[in-house]
Amino acid sequence: MSALVAIIFLGTFTLLFGSALIYVASILGPKPKYSSVKDTSYECGMPIQETGHSKVPIKFYLTAILFILFDIEIIFMYPWAVTYVDFINEGHGIYIFSAMAVFLAIFILGLIWEIKSKALEWE
Amino acid sequence: MGADIFEISINIVKLIAIFLLMVQMVPILVWVERRGSAFIQNRFGPNRVGPLGLTQLIADAVKFLFKEEFVPSQGKKFLFYSAPVLALLPGALAFACIPLSAPIYVEAFKMFGSDFGPYRFAFQGFEIGVGIVFVLGISSLGAYALLMAGWSSNNKYSLYGALRACAQMISYELALGLSLVGILLIYGTFDFAEMIAYQQGPLNFLFMGNSVTIPFLPNWGIFYQPIGAILLFCAMFAETNRTPFDLPEAEAELVAGYHTEYGGLKMLMFYIGEYGHMLVASALMATFYFGGYNLPFVSTESVNLFFAGLGFGATGASVATAFFLHLVLFAKILVFLWIFIWVRWTLPRFRYDQLMDLGWKKMLPWALGNTIVTAVVILIMRTGGAL
Repeated sequence: MSALVAIIFLGTFTLLFGSALIYVASILGPKPKYSSVKDTSYECGMPIQETGHSKVPIKFYLTAILFILFDIEIIFMYPWAVTYVDFINEGHGIYIFSAMAVFLAIFILGLIWEIKSKALEWE
Repeated sequence: MGADIFEISINIVKLIAIFLLMVQMVPILVWVERRGSAFIQNRFGPNRVGPLGLTQLIADAVKFLFKEEFVPSQGKKFLFYSAPVLALLPGALAFACIPLSAPIYVEAFKMFGSDFGPYRFAFQGFEIGVGIVFVLGISSLGAYALLMAGWSSNNKYSLYGALRACAQMISYELALGLSLVGILLIYGTFDFAEMIAYQQGPLNFLFMGNSVTIPFLPNWGIFYQPIGAILLFCAMFAETNRTPFDLPEAEAELVAGYHTEYGGLKMLMFYIGEYGHMLVASALMATFYFGGYNLPFVSTESVNLFFAGLGFGATGASVATAFFLHLVLFAKILVFLWIFIWVRWTLPRFRYDQLMDLGWKKMLPWALGNTIVTAVVILIMRTGGAL
């Protein structure tokens, strides 16, 4: 409970600190003068060819989907890792190892399939 | 946050002090980086403003303050301003979670006619049992700041930089998360304080059911998990978007990546985020693999006894111990920070497909193999081969 209060306090303080910095800079800095040329986004000084909301390669989306699968599988290993030695000390070493071995086998098969299916090839 | 006014106020001051510690490291690190890169490349670097160019940082900060605020046309104003503010958050919260020194014990005392009971102040922002899970979770929030910056700038370079940064961060998060499983198998805890306590004394492990002690090596994680340590450190480079993994800011292709449209203090805040992330990474390396805040072979209690022997009271000795051990941790952190800077000015940048291949096809299988080998070795060593 007290850790949660501290996290919320520090998070709020950090956000306020950042906002205050931007506010102070906006007061101290010169007033911006607007013009249609200056306001366009930067593109090496040329007239703008393409805005920032154009099409993007689908590869990034695919990477994100694969990440979610693998990240969840890795998070499953964390509770296993911290209780592993306790299980061995109680004489259930083979059980806890083989339980994770099945899971890891599926994980490795998934990784091999993912590489074979060329989901990770970048041109 | 505490039982009475004294404890609450100390805890609040502590949180703010740790945050400011992170923020004030940034100008110093920028100075070290610029001077260091100059020496590596046989130049002088900033050496005009003040002794050794040290006040260059203050000059820079003042200049940042007096810059004009600018939002590109059709940029999403709210996202554009909130991205740099959000970039501060992961570093600050993750750094406050890491124990920076031994806890301080304050004896009961009287002040203003009322009694204040004995206290225990942890030398960290907040004590949280699942320490490393919290740090991993909060550091991945950094990707949101980059995406928001890229999307709201209405600039194709920003957008591509942000996409690359995001894809890279999530790809290397897998290797990072998996490389930690090996060391968690050995420590058997998520708690940083217990990990540091585990690493006290000489190297000591169970070999085929018998206890073995190697007196000339400290009981550090690096000796149990050398491959895990290397994988973690490499993944940290990618997470912090530093060279050789700085594809998001590849200036020959993308101008400046996701912060192309940012200037002045807003850009500085992205830098605070990046250097804060480096600081967290270095502190994690020191805590996991290099004994945390403890000196090798010297336990926290013996440092405390040494200061008590110098004539400090119990409270004074505890405070002196905490600050001394804090310096020890900082020495370790500085070594890793220097390696970050050293690598940046030594190695060239990867190509994007090489970067993705390294993360998915090399580091992930290596981390997986490391986990399996560690599990098998622990099983055999603990049961003495008598499966």
